Amino acid sequence: MTARPLLEVQDLTVEFTTRRGIIKAVQHVNISVAKGETLAIVGESGSGKSVTSYAVMRILDRAGRIAEGSVMFSGIDVKAASEDQMRDLRGREVSMIFQNPRAALNPIRKVGDQIEDVLRTHVQQAQVADHGEKAIEALEQVKIVRPRERYHAYPFELSGGMCQRVVIALALACNPQLLIADEPTTGLDVTTQKAVMDLIVELTKRRAMSTILITHDLGLAAAYCDRVVVMEKGRVVETAKAADIFANPQHPYTRKLMRATPRLGVSLRDLLPEEEGALAAAPAEAAPAPTASAEKQPLLLIEKLVKEYPRQGATATLGKLFGRKPPVEPDVFRAVDGISFSIGHGESVGLVGESGCGKSTTSMMVMRLLDQTSGLIQFDGEDIGGIQPAAFARLPQRSRIQMVFQDPTDSLNPRFTAVRAIADPIMQLGDIRGRDALRTRCEELATMVGLPHNLLDRFPHQLSGGQKARVGIARAIALHPKLVILDEPTAALDVSVQAVVLNLLQDLKARLGMSYLFVSHDLNVVRLLCDRVIVMRTGRIVEEGASEKVLSDPQDDYTKELLTAIPHPPLQVH
Amino acid sequence: MLTMIGKRLMFAIPSLIGVVIVTFLLTRALPGDPAAYFAGPAATKEAVEQIRKKLGLDKPLIEQFFRYTNDLAHGDFGNSLTTGQPVATEIRNRLPASAELTLLGLIVSIVIAIPLGVLAATRPGSWIDHLCRITTTAGVSLPVFFTGLMLVYLFYFQLGWSPAPLGRLDVFYSAPPTVTGFYLIDTLIARDFEAFRSALSQLILPATTLAIFSLAPIARMTRASMLAVLASEFVRTARASGLSPTTVIVTYAFRNAMLPVITTLSMVFSFLLGANVLVEKVFAWPGIGSYAVEALISSDFAPVQGFVLTMAVMYVLLNLVIDILYGVIDPRVRLEG
Repeated sequence: MTARPLLEVQDLTVEFTTRRGIIKAVQHVNISVAKGETLAIVGESGSGKSVTSYAVMRILDRAGRIAEGSVMFSGIDVKAASEDQMRDLRGREVSMIFQNPRAALNPIRKVGDQIEDVLRTHVQQAQVADHGEKAIEALEQVKIVRPRERYHAYPFELSGGMCQRVVIALALACNPQLLIADEPTTGLDVTTQKAVMDLIVELTKRRAMSTILITHDLGLAAAYCDRVVVMEKGRVVETAKAADIFANPQHPYTRKLMRATPRLGVSLRDLLPEEEGALAAAPAEAAPAPTASAEKQPLLLIEKLVKEYPRQGATATLGKLFGRKPPVEPDVFRAVDGISFSIGHGESVGLVGESGCGKSTTSMMVMRLLDQTSGLIQFDGEDIGGIQPAAFARLPQRSRIQMVFQDPTDSLNPRFTAVRAIADPIMQLGDIRGRDALRTRCEELATMVGLPHNLLDRFPHQLSGGQKARVGIARAIALHPKLVILDEPTAALDVSVQAVVLNLLQDLKARLGMSYLFVSHDLNVVRLLCDRVIVMRTGRIVEEGASEKVLSDPQDDYTKELLTAIPHPPLQVH
Repeated sequence: MLTMIGKRLMFAIPSLIGVVIVTFLLTRALPGDPAAYFAGPAATKEAVEQIRKKLGLDKPLIEQFFRYTNDLAHGDFGNSLTTGQPVATEIRNRLPASAELTLLGLIVSIVIAIPLGVLAATRPGSWIDHLCRITTTAGVSLPVFFTGLMLVYLFYFQLGWSPAPLGRLDVFYSAPPTVTGFYLIDTLIARDFEAFRSALSQLILPATTLAIFSLAPIARMTRASMLAVLASEFVRTARASGLSPTTVIVTYAFRNAMLPVITTLSMVFSFLLGANVLVEKVFAWPGIGSYAVEALISSDFAPVQGFVLTMAVMYVLLNLVIDILYGVIDPRVRLEG
């Protein structure tokens, strides 16, 4: 590199003081970003990628400090700079976009005012006639329609994608030289993700800005960045051009990450690291093939299922109470609008769609956590649609439908040990009584899901994400269910953990002959695990068919749109 | 906004009706016979019966209740049997005394507790954090009658800085013409600055006693909610945008942290208003709490009922004010109005 880089991080070590002593979150990291360059920092949770960026802006927590090394930003030594100097730098020269845009905005302040706060801090009054106009201009640049109105909106009135645009507007308001985007699209739908990423790239390229994109998604990094830095456990393991790293990954960790990323043209087994994949393949092939067509009657039959919600909250009810006239607009919102599908014995069906499409509502109705407005839900030949959600919890059918939830942490009672969590459904509905018998059964289940027995007496906060996911799965299969509803079971997990969990689910299905209803927004993941896929949009089914067919040859425009929005690594791993 | 207020007031009606019924029944169910009490220990059976008849206590319960509600509808809370005064007048005279004391105590408390809580939250583990913890623990663990007596002993008896703890005004001054019922305000309206000084010096000690007691919940709540908000992602965004620490703490963190603090404030206020009997006793304060307790001891129904009803109305109004404040601070609440 001939020119002096805009940002140069040399030998950076960041330490955190915790109750268990000093933890080095980042060790001897070297990163440089040239002017106008887009750099990706890729790694899984705990790799230190976010901490590195916080150190660059010096917004580490109270407990964290830069222990060694230097951070030079356009000639300024960040480590030695005064707090005033740093404050002047933040937002004006370096700015940051965060994950979870809604939480990143002050919930009780108008978005326009929040942009204005930044402008007011960094731009002299003399230079700009009107900060308000400038804020509206910033909103306009991130392609928010009707920016003048949106200026007065509060974050809760905007969608997730819209909030992220506001955050981008906030970050770019003062024309900084470097933008750090920390997982800017995690939690957003794929089409929104594409729109947001395209916007970031367009804006930064136009202003010749440098960008650091922090992500766990190799596909995203490859699609949008010039260079990629791979981090593992606080260290940089590989730095290379985006094209090179995918063609010829050097470090084993990079290879492992790339293998684990779900993508077109690979099977579930391919996601596992080389040696483990070979091991896992054997039992899976020995397992009996799904007996999908063996029985004529489907396990689950859904016909013309509808769920309506009243559009108004308590106000409407009150109005009626006092004899007010009902409002003119239709006062119901159809979350699920007359859908029909079926799941066979031993079959796994993916329910795909973006947030708000009604996929979760559907799964809740099948679980009898919600009452449907109309329609038929037939499970194993019995009509369960008429059973009140409250009554269903005590019925024997309840044990045959189980669920694995999205967030492995939030779906476990923090005061229950792992074994207690797994035993819970057995104690409620099962027939195993007695401490020892229960324990034996739980250990059996733990073995099935690959959870070491010595972890059974730990509490959720003492387990890793993958281990918690295993507890959740063990709990779901504890009662020999026929149907398991998987609600984005891997969305909160790292890709390598996701690969293992998906394989585990696949093995369990083959072994126990269960059916899956897999609810997800990630088409690539659904394709790997499911025989059939159903694409939903605004409460309706837009496309249905065999996974391979729908993904390789989509018929509906919306499915096509979803597929093209997924960022792909440029080359396949061999 | 107006429809929201109207709606909230309508919601309050059923609970007020409930309060009327419950207080009526409760006072009837209390042990003690007011007729016997008023006839005196030496009275004959006939005399007691006569008084009972005079008070209408021989009528069936339901008739007594209708008579009571009818009177209420006409703004008649009945007469106190001990003092002979109409209850409505007594409450009208005494409520401002309690309210003035409680409000001043609360204001003093807020002025100290909120900055203390904010400072403690922005510098956790520092000396100011420990100071906050010690002050609040001490304040809440000392009973009010003890702190009250301590203050009287120190500032009146030992130092002689404050006047005798005997009510709202020194005996040499006459009460100002009633406008708000708050002596501090009324004396200023009447331009009687001497009386203002006297009223203030009478107020300082009891108000301080209350303030010391109510410091703890307010400061602790402020600290806790500030800590939570300071750890939130939007505060991090604000910091990463280079906003000044003042803007971050005041505009971003503090306004968000206010919501639970306001709830605590309303609870503390309504609690203090009716429950500071001990403070009123120590300082011979002619407040509403001591009035109600005296009436209760002598089985004097009317003032007790009047007191409970007044407190219920106050509570409803206070909650309304809190809801409006919430709406002003948090736009998400406004939407549901």
